[in-house]
Amino acid sequence: MTAALEVSGIGMRIKSATLLDGIDLQVQPGETVAIVGPNGAGKSTLLRILSGDMTPTRGSVRLKGTALSSYPADRLAAHRAVLSQHVTISFPFTVEEVVRMGAGDMARVKAQPLVDAMLDEIGLNAFRDRELPTLSGGEQQRAHFARVLLQLAVGEAKHGPGVLLLDEPTSSLDLRYQINLVEIGRRRAASGTAVIAILHDLNLAARFADRIVVLHRGRLAATGTPRETITNAMLRDVFEVNTNVDLIAGPLPHVLPQAMQAI
Amino acid sequence: MSAAELPAPVTTRPVGGGRRRPRAIVVFVTLTVLLLAIALLAATIGAAGIPLSRLWPALGLGAPADPATFARDQLVLWSIRIPRIAISAMIGALLAVSGTIMQGLFRNPLADPALVGVSSGGALAAAFTIVILDNAIAPNAAARAFELLPLSAFFGSLVTTLLLYRISSREGRTSVAIFLLSGLAIAALANAGIGLLIFMADDRQLRDITFWLLGSLGGATWSKATLLLPFLAASAAVMPFIARGLDVLVLGESEAFHSGINVERLKIICIVLVSAMTGAAVAICGVIGFIGIVVPHLLRLAIGPGHRMLLPASALFGAALLAFADTFARVLAAPAEIPVGILTATIGAPFFLYVLLRQRALVGS
Repeated sequence: MTAALEVSGIGMRIKSATLLDGIDLQVQPGETVAIVGPNGAGKSTLLRILSGDMTPTRGSVRLKGTALSSYPADRLAAHRAVLSQHVTISFPFTVEEVVRMGAGDMARVKAQPLVDAMLDEIGLNAFRDRELPTLSGGEQQRAHFARVLLQLAVGEAKHGPGVLLLDEPTSSLDLRYQINLVEIGRRRAASGTAVIAILHDLNLAARFADRIVVLHRGRLAATGTPRETITNAMLRDVFEVNTNVDLIAGPLPHVLPQAMQAI
Repeated sequence: MSAAELPAPVTTRPVGGGRRRPRAIVVFVTLTVLLLAIALLAATIGAAGIPLSRLWPALGLGAPADPATFARDQLVLWSIRIPRIAISAMIGALLAVSGTIMQGLFRNPLADPALVGVSSGGALAAAFTIVILDNAIAPNAAARAFELLPLSAFFGSLVTTLLLYRISSREGRTSVAIFLLSGLAIAALANAGIGLLIFMADDRQLRDITFWLLGSLGGATWSKATLLLPFLAASAAVMPFIARGLDVLVLGESEAFHSGINVERLKIICIVLVSAMTGAAVAICGVIGFIGIVVPHLLRLAIGPGHRMLLPASALFGAALLAFADTFARVLAAPAEIPVGILTATIGAPFFLYVLLRQRALVGS
């Protein structure tokens, strides 16, 4: 089986700063991967490389077996969708109009049922005619999530399962929609999409991901199942906090900080 | 943890504050009727008035009542009035579409080719052509080869737009403050250059340049009108191909790229198009400001910011607005004519302040 995304030996240097070094990663179709790590570990840089925004200074990235850099923008958009952090818009598009942007060149009549389905799934149907700048940060983020899901759906209808990249998708969501988002991510994975997300909440990451990738100072510090990676030792070495990792929720680890103080 | 454990997350009842967009057909019929009505009004009004009863025969739609006035009406209408209406409408369309594209490109509702120096850049290049050609080659060379003016104005505008883009954009983000301030500086520089050319010019060149800089539609001829036509046609042809790109660009350059837009290509097309349209407009009638701000802003309130509708609607509304403003400029101090650029600035500058204050309220800074 061809990996959905295959990263081999990538490094990223900007001037004298090494942002990433020697990263290898394979993500299979249908897999959910959470990228975790402290601030400045290189998570966003890695995601920007995976989404094609940045070309690594070393190593290669392959999307469905083909070099990522050889995809033109429109073809890339049919195979992978990206939810960025903090998207701000300068003109008053409505929620529905923003979501429809995800349909690309598709005719409006054909796209409408898909737009409706996404608005339903994200729970924004009641807000469809509201102008985006009048909504709260979390509601805006959900509108963008619906747009990105629509782009993914349109691409997958043509080319089969694709790749979904999420950059801190839960940062401004309340608890209910954090869970909702994790659910949607796992649903997409169940139908074959490779879903990769940067997450800060380790407990949420454990519930979302089949595999966790821990980045530390631009290198892979650990990779494996939540249980293998989220350990007291990792949290001490990478995040520099003393924690008590519990296994209260069945097989999944649960992080409880011991004291509100870094070591 | 399954979806079944969560309460149904969806309420389908719309919350308040929603906006419905008018249908495209309604928008375009309304704007076309408006443009035609203004064109008719403009045709009847002027130093030689042609009442509606005499307008139809002069247009060839009915029998003339009085042969004497008929001949005069026809002359006035076909060699003065109609070319002027055509030119004012075409320039209005070009300026409005330039403003719309520029605002989409810079993701900023305050962008206007005249305000940020793109028009001044074009004007400088054209004034340079007038004076230097006149002095270096032959008196009146520029006037005789007036096809040269749009070309030089285009290059002047192009250089200015590229410079502006270079200065104010960094890593795909455009700072509003830097954009406006650098535009101001570029405009000042271009105006200094124009000042120098005025200083060098002789009396006749001086009159040409000054009158032209004020933004006047006087001296409209058919040959000038036909010169504008290809620019208008080019912009109409390109519109459908940049509409979706400009929409998605509102989300930011990386999001546009994520959505499948070749952002670099889009930017180049937009910059060249804006420069060509602004340059052509400047070459024919000097600097006419604020049409590019007023038109897209009002239209966004009425039909929303989607460029598929906004671009063609801007062309129609811009045409109607400048044709109306020019008619107004012709009658306000009749028999003298106020340069229409002064009129649009008088109305447009306060409007710009209003948009700026609204933006401030929206952004909160």
